[in-house]
Amino acid sequence: MGMYNEKVMEHFMHPHNAGDLENPDAVGNHGSPVCGDMMEISIKVKDNIITDAKFKTFGCGSAIASSSVATDMIIGKTLEEALSYTNKTFIDELGGLPGPKIHCSVLAEEAVKNAIWNYAQKHGLELEGLKGYDPNKEFGHDDHDLEEE
Amino acid sequence: MRQVYLDYSATTPVKQEVLEEMLPYFTEKFGNPSSLYGIGLSAKSDLSLARAKVAKLMGADEREIYFTSCGTEADNWAVIGAARAKKAKGNHIITSNVEHHALMHTCEYLEKEGFEVTYLEVDSKGRISLKDLENAITDKTILISIMFANNEIGTIQPVKEIGEIAKKHGVWFHTDAVQALGNVPINVKELGIDMMSVSAHKIYGPKGVGALYIRKGVVIPSFIHGGAQENKRRAGTENLAGIVGFGKAAELAEEKLEEHIKRVSGLRDYFAEQVLARIPDVEINGSMEYRLPGNINFIFNYIEGESLLLLMDAKGIYASTGSACSSASLTPSHVLKALNLPYEKMHSSIRFSIGDFTTREDLDYTIEELVKIVERLRAISPLNRQTMKG
Repeated sequence: MGMYNEKVMEHFMHPHNAGDLENPDAVGNHGSPVCGDMMEISIKVKDNIITDAKFKTFGCGSAIASSSVATDMIIGKTLEEALSYTNKTFIDELGGLPGPKIHCSVLAEEAVKNAIWNYAQKHGLELEGLKGYDPNKEFGHDDHDLEEE
Repeated sequence: MRQVYLDYSATTPVKQEVLEEMLPYFTEKFGNPSSLYGIGLSAKSDLSLARAKVAKLMGADEREIYFTSCGTEADNWAVIGAARAKKAKGNHIITSNVEHHALMHTCEYLEKEGFEVTYLEVDSKGRISLKDLENAITDKTILISIMFANNEIGTIQPVKEIGEIAKKHGVWFHTDAVQALGNVPINVKELGIDMMSVSAHKIYGPKGVGALYIRKGVVIPSFIHGGAQENKRRAGTENLAGIVGFGKAAELAEEKLEEHIKRVSGLRDYFAEQVLARIPDVEINGSMEYRLPGNINFIFNYIEGESLLLLMDAKGIYASTGSACSSASLTPSHVLKALNLPYEKMHSSIRFSIGDFTTREDLDYTIEELVKIVERLRAISPLNRQTMKG
């Protein structure tokens, strides 16, 4: 189709870390099927370092590619490092996304945050990167389904 | 790699016979039909032959066919023309909420000028209610414009009944038959149609040619102003080669209409049966009773349309989606919305349209690949039968 660059296509065609982790330490999600994209991410954490991550995504090519790079990037990173990543980080890693598809990368950023937030809640951790994070403010970024053309 | 084109509703390839008929008009038969010497006069007479062929496919008189640059122009002309012609009578137009953008956006344009437009809702299969139509008519109603068949879900509207209602109330009836022409038997006289938009490239003719049928007795102002072409109603030097191609395509369509409908709907039914039998949790959008022969529109639950299209594209299979992520606007198509489908199902909807060059082998290949692709995307989807229940 040629709407995505080679790197995006590579991550879409052969996504890394797709699936569920067995006995994850935390699970996060973002989006909803109603919006047309939804991501679930499971993580393993040891000594505040994300040792493994897997994702499941309902979404378009860029949503799946963003999920793939996001999980790639957070594995081996500390929780704070992972929290510092924004959708821009993932877009840069992918070498860019077409304009209308930018919002699809927000999905990955929010799902990662949600997983770490769940982990922090469970373990009573206070993380700098979670300040002001509201897990219920889910659709702030992509309530596009309500927009008219 | 095998290439399987299953998007005939988007456009069709030009048939070899059509191309051959067209070619001389680019070179030796290039004359301007308005010129008063040999090659001009013969161009004029060939133009007339093509017009007769297009007219025959819809049961119209040759003098009721006006060539345009595309179906969209025909829609614009019909609706804006009717609005201008009937301004003294009223300012109310009735259409549906599943029309092609060519019609819908033209109506929205007129709304800005003060026209009032009723967008009739459709049922879950995509058909309008005749009762709603009749109730919507007022003494200010000047036009009913309802598409013959829908481009996304293939639903055919009760055109004959609409024609009767329009006639009873003395309101003009226009229909966008771009998808229907060459796929459904059409006789504008029997169906009570006053104006009808058609296009060549959906019936194995070239792009860049359409036509508007305007019944004798219906008078609307010109849309494109200039020379005296098209009986002084549509100016601009005729797209001679294109029109000749349209004529040939119409002739072929008319000759083989019955055979085409039988073959294409047979393939479509086989494809639908196989997909439903081999892939769980698939549904069909639209009506199986009132449907274009080559159209099928599936909901592949739990996966998003664009990712399905991309993986099919990688296997050489070409189809289309009304899902949000396929379009710049990020909203699902207005047609899927009009069916009142849950949003997640709109995002999972894919249209396949089968045509004259589709073979059973093409469909078998597509089915095999679809089984694998759907399984692969469902394996990485957080949605499934359980999650969707919650």
